[in-house]
Amino acid sequence: MYTPHTARDIEEMLAVVGAPSLDDLARVPAGIALKVKLDLPQATPEIDLIRRFQQLAHRNDGAGYRQFLGAGAYRHYIPPVLGALAMRGEFLTAYTPYQAEVSQGSLQAIYEWQTYICQLTGLDVANASVYDGATALAEAAIMAINATGKHTLLISRAVHPNYRAVLNTYAGGLDARVEEIAAAASGTTDWAQLSERLAQPDVAAVIVQSPNFFGNVDTPDSVVQEAIKAAGAVLIGVVAEALSLAVLQPPAAWGAGIAVGEAQSFGVALAYGGPYVGFIAAAKEHLRRLPGRLAGKSTDAQGRPAYVLTLQAREQHIRRERATSNICTNQAHCALLATMYLAAVGNSGLRAIATENLRRSRQLATTVANVPGFRLAHQEPFFNELVVRVPGRAADVLTVLEQHGILGGVDLGRWYPEYADALLMTATELTTDEDIDALSAALKEVASSAAAV
Amino acid sequence: MAQPQGLLYSKEHEWANVDGGVATVGITEYAQNSLGDIVFVELPKVGAKVEQGANVGVVESVKAVSDLFTPIGGEVVEVNGTLEDDPGLVNREPFAGGWMFKVKVADLEPQRANLLNAAAYEQFVAESEH
Amino acid sequence: MPLPSSSATPLLFEQGQPGRATPYVVSSASARSFLPREVLRDDLELPDLSELEMVRHFTRLSQKNFGIDLGFYPLGSCTMKHNPKVNDAAAALPGFSDLHPYTPDHLAQGALQVMWELERALSSLFGMAAFSLNPSAGAQAELTALLISKAYFRQRGDSARTTVIVPDTAHGTNPASAAMVGYKVVSLKSKENGRVDPEAMRQAVGPNTAVCMLTNPNTLGLFEDEIATIAKIVHEAGGLMYYDGANANALMGITRPGDMGFDLMHINTHKTFTIPHGGGGAGHGPVGVAAHLVEFLPTPLVVRDGPEGRTTPAHAFRLDFERPLSVGPVRSFWSNFAHAVRALAYIYANGADGLRRVSQLAVLNANYLRVKIAEFLSVPYDELCRHEFVASAQDLKHETGVRALDLAKGLLDEGYMAPTIYFPLIVPECLMIEPTETETKETLDAFVETLRALVARAQSDPQTLLDAPQRTPVGRIDETRAARQPDLRWMPPSSGANER
Repeated sequence: MYTPHTARDIEEMLAVVGAPSLDDLARVPAGIALKVKLDLPQATPEIDLIRRFQQLAHRNDGAGYRQFLGAGAYRHYIPPVLGALAMRGEFLTAYTPYQAEVSQGSLQAIYEWQTYICQLTGLDVANASVYDGATALAEAAIMAINATGKHTLLISRAVHPNYRAVLNTYAGGLDARVEEIAAAASGTTDWAQLSERLAQPDVAAVIVQSPNFFGNVDTPDSVVQEAIKAAGAVLIGVVAEALSLAVLQPPAAWGAGIAVGEAQSFGVALAYGGPYVGFIAAAKEHLRRLPGRLAGKSTDAQGRPAYVLTLQAREQHIRRERATSNICTNQAHCALLATMYLAAVGNSGLRAIATENLRRSRQLATTVANVPGFRLAHQEPFFNELVVRVPGRAADVLTVLEQHGILGGVDLGRWYPEYADALLMTATELTTDEDIDALSAALKEVASSAAAV
Repeated sequence: MAQPQGLLYSKEHEWANVDGGVATVGITEYAQNSLGDIVFVELPKVGAKVEQGANVGVVESVKAVSDLFTPIGGEVVEVNGTLEDDPGLVNREPFAGGWMFKVKVADLEPQRANLLNAAAYEQFVAESEH
Repeated sequence: MPLPSSSATPLLFEQGQPGRATPYVVSSASARSFLPREVLRDDLELPDLSELEMVRHFTRLSQKNFGIDLGFYPLGSCTMKHNPKVNDAAAALPGFSDLHPYTPDHLAQGALQVMWELERALSSLFGMAAFSLNPSAGAQAELTALLISKAYFRQRGDSARTTVIVPDTAHGTNPASAAMVGYKVVSLKSKENGRVDPEAMRQAVGPNTAVCMLTNPNTLGLFEDEIATIAKIVHEAGGLMYYDGANANALMGITRPGDMGFDLMHINTHKTFTIPHGGGGAGHGPVGVAAHLVEFLPTPLVVRDGPEGRTTPAHAFRLDFERPLSVGPVRSFWSNFAHAVRALAYIYANGADGLRRVSQLAVLNANYLRVKIAEFLSVPYDELCRHEFVASAQDLKHETGVRALDLAKGLLDEGYMAPTIYFPLIVPECLMIEPTETETKETLDAFVETLRALVARAQSDPQTLLDAPQRTPVGRIDETRAARQPDLRWMPPSSGANER
């Protein structure tokens, strides 16, 4: 399929090449030639193909449920204009923009993305994107280790559990030690414990997330910021819900030297986990330690403004084993979607959407807290996610909600034994009054059956 | 090409000018020419104790990167901060304004044996070009 | 009126007016009514564009880009083949695109089945026991595989294995990945005929050998005929064989890394399996392993519960996180799932016989170009190649001063993407050409004649090539200036100088 060769083409080309047949042309030594029948589906014509995938897609009932899921992946409105533009073949079927003269579209878009990320995080420089939020954090940790020459990473337990796990995976390859800082009952980092741990001499980075995994604003005060600085460590600020940056103080304002996060919220589909798009921004002093691609503005031979990948000597194809990272492919197309999203919604739209997230999540909070047996685990301030203590086990509550066509949230007991009776619930601008009414009705059913037991 | 006299040279194409117990170090004309437009120089920290031949930094051009080794061991006492803003100085004046760092020499004599004089370096370069 | 592509496009930040953006929601509330003042920001000033301004901006940018959809893209080592549109349609089905990663397994059975079927298909096609679909790109797959090797040796109590052997033709990513897990790199010099020398390998291996990373066909497009011997040498020394799948488009249905003796591998589905490159990602780099390494694969793994054989409604799929010897997760969520859909759709469209034909025709197209181009440009290893080959402009440079770079820029002017140049490093003035199987004979013939004319022009009028390209949206770019005075973001005019 998708090969255009006629029998005559093949005959003529084989004659030019001097091979008797295609089998002869591509032959390998007998000892390693394929001997088994491959266990693959039969060739499928396109109509059957799309039908087959429609059937498979149809078996994902969860995609059509009322959703209160978040926890690092967010259901937001994706303006159709994004798809109409991003699916243009000139963007979609281009390679990494090495031949800059015919890649100005991709390169200017990356430069615009870098600018947006700097503005959103408040930091000086940003790269062309990395795989996702978790790997962005791992790469930032490597930057901090290289910047400080130290090897201990202090990470708050209120950072996304998957991000912490990926950091541990990467640390397994590095000469690095990961230590967790407790989350207090308030659902924020135990800053007192952090301050104590800063006394040890080997701290390369302090890693906190805000809004954190529980949805709470969780930033160090000026005293803690000073202590981190005094310890010679880099503060890495994680933002898993990029939309929050529209209204909340950016990482640079709370002392972060490096900010990393996930920009899936900006126009990238949920798609069962990927592809998404991670970002890394940093203070100027870390510029040369940034991993991956950077687009820069320069001029062409006639003096016209022109964009080009720059500072490439940091990268793997030149530095090989001395590179800042092995990363080559970034998430250019997802970063393009995010850039288009920000251009589409604009300053006013981004604020309005973020504010709508604030409003809907408080509507959710009030509704849930009004059901007997349910209560909010933490206080304001939060962005669009909140932790709810439920009567009984969270998993049982979720099962009841599913019977009403509702995905009620994420069971926190999966990572936090102290929250085995708690759900992480999210509301966005796509949450409707009907969603919240349906949830309320279903929760009341849970409450009455709990009361009956 | 003729090499400046009175300097000591390494086979990694660095030069050292020893004067009153302090060696000034840079890279040679040959080195800057093969690297092309230099865009960044990463220098050792002042106060660092370095051994002869140690990897003390990096020189980056647009499309290449090269380790910087010190031809002389000792303590780094000064680095050329001008290169941060103007790395092209290494291309323009490799033996003058493009110097990289200064080392307080611990013990010169044993180190001298591992280095070349101008004539020997010139011959080394001529050979490596073929 | 000039074509949009020939004039500078103002940045987004230089366009629009406050209040002009499309209102997607009308939120009457203010953030101030919900949050304490000290956590709020009000420094953000992003541009507000009308939808039409925004549409024109990105349409104009697209017109300054070259993709496979516009023309021939013979970029060696990158497999720039046609990206079938039905794959994108499948990935965009709402049942896939609206599915949240934390959807319970029993409500995401279709997605899990896609992942399971792709995992099984890759395992069969490449002769591996199992694949993880987690890694986000080839480089991350390499890192994952090396972490797997570390975990494997640690479990065996073999702590001396810290060296990775790569041939001098290897992709630069191999040594960079090795460094990220703390392995030392030994580079192996190729034989005269461009292949790995089994004798040199015998000398290089030892009790500290952890992994040997190879691609086959290698980056010269040549098949390593002695691969079985090489694998035996590495295995006898106690090391593992890693297959860099960048060049797998040459061998589907013909031979398998597993049959060649590889223990670990990755496959770039964005090369072999038609995932669009998207201007540099997102990629997708499933990592495959032989039976003795399955327990170390990253989490989660997709598993099917139920009897062997065809999938029936009685089967259930789930994500398995409980894998005690696993290296752990390597990304936020399970996989670049939308790409898994595309890759599986491509495999379905072709079937086993179709994939074999894909590889055979990729080899045919490459050899056809090789023979034709050797008529006027030096081809250092002029023998049967696989899916790609390298030519060299070294002689041309000596005669005319025109380098590989200049030929590449000349091709841009003629409406072609340039081949990969200056890689692999062992061939001077290298042009690495990979046509892929989706190109017609007419396209290949036209490309040959264009390149022939450029080489002739190098003799008659070299300056025009040194000045190329002229017909592209911009000419050659001052990369020295870009690197010496990095300008990496727009700054508002009021802030004075741009970022340095």
